Amino acid sequence: MALDRELVGRGYPPSAVYEVGRAKIAEFAAAIGEDDPIHRDADAARAAGHPDVIAPPTFAIVVSLEAAFVVLGDPEVSLDYSRVVHGEQKFTHHRPIRAGDRLVATTTIDAVRSVAGNDLLTTRVDLATEDGEAVCTATSMLVARGTA
Amino acid sequence: MSRPVDVEVGSELPERTFTVTRADLVRYAGASGDFNPIHWNQRVATSVGLPDVIAHGMFTMALAGRAVTDWTGDPGALVEYHVRFGRPVVVPDDDAGAEVTVRGKVGALLEDGRARVDLTVTTGGEKVLSLARAIVRLA
Repeated sequence: MALDRELVGRGYPPSAVYEVGRAKIAEFAAAIGEDDPIHRDADAARAAGHPDVIAPPTFAIVVSLEAAFVVLGDPEVSLDYSRVVHGEQKFTHHRPIRAGDRLVATTTIDAVRSVAGNDLLTTRVDLATEDGEAVCTATSMLVARGTA
Repeated sequence: MSRPVDVEVGSELPERTFTVTRADLVRYAGASGDFNPIHWNQRVATSVGLPDVIAHGMFTMALAGRAVTDWTGDPGALVEYHVRFGRPVVVPDDDAGAEVTVRGKVGALLEDGRARVDLTVTTGGEKVLSLARAIVRLA
């Protein structure tokens, strides 16, 4: 069944706090083969002007995709995850994510379309610190194949 | 790493080639939390119509991002990054894996010392990202 266009603009409650750890950043950097010390050595990060190690730019997905799954679980959306592929991804970094950040994700449905029998769902996840400092906006377009 | 100098529209980034093996995908699954079995289990991948296990789109995005941040010399200088996933990177169950090649050139110089980098990401000569662009701070 095609997604209802009325869903556009729907917002979801803020997520629980995600605390960014140094070890998680180092693990993610290693997994993408990134060896810049700015991701694992706090002194190197401080020398570059950051308070602590910073995350690679696509690390934001670790926090944001889980938040976007809130939408897939919405009974009025209820897309079959086994049919879902990632169509598009955009990050806007207001500043780098860094160790010690306590991030809250707020998710909104930005767009709903049906194209050639597929449902296209665009979610926007705004990542901010607990204190309200904007850190990153992550926009994901998910394609549910053959559901429209 | 030092920052690029004399950047102008059309300036090219050093071409990069990354090898992607099944082990890389397992490691990325663990680090990212994306355990979709199409990225590590051939039986599941082929059952949903894929030719074989495919790389996470986000892993390809991360590799292409490295080509950009290695060029700028500062992973913190990537302020915007947008990709559209076109074709999957198929990763065979062997030691050679798949090769992903990233080329990039400066598409525009923007205000505040920023530049737009347009990327071309291919595997086996075919484009895997139908759009890939990054905005970086150069100064």
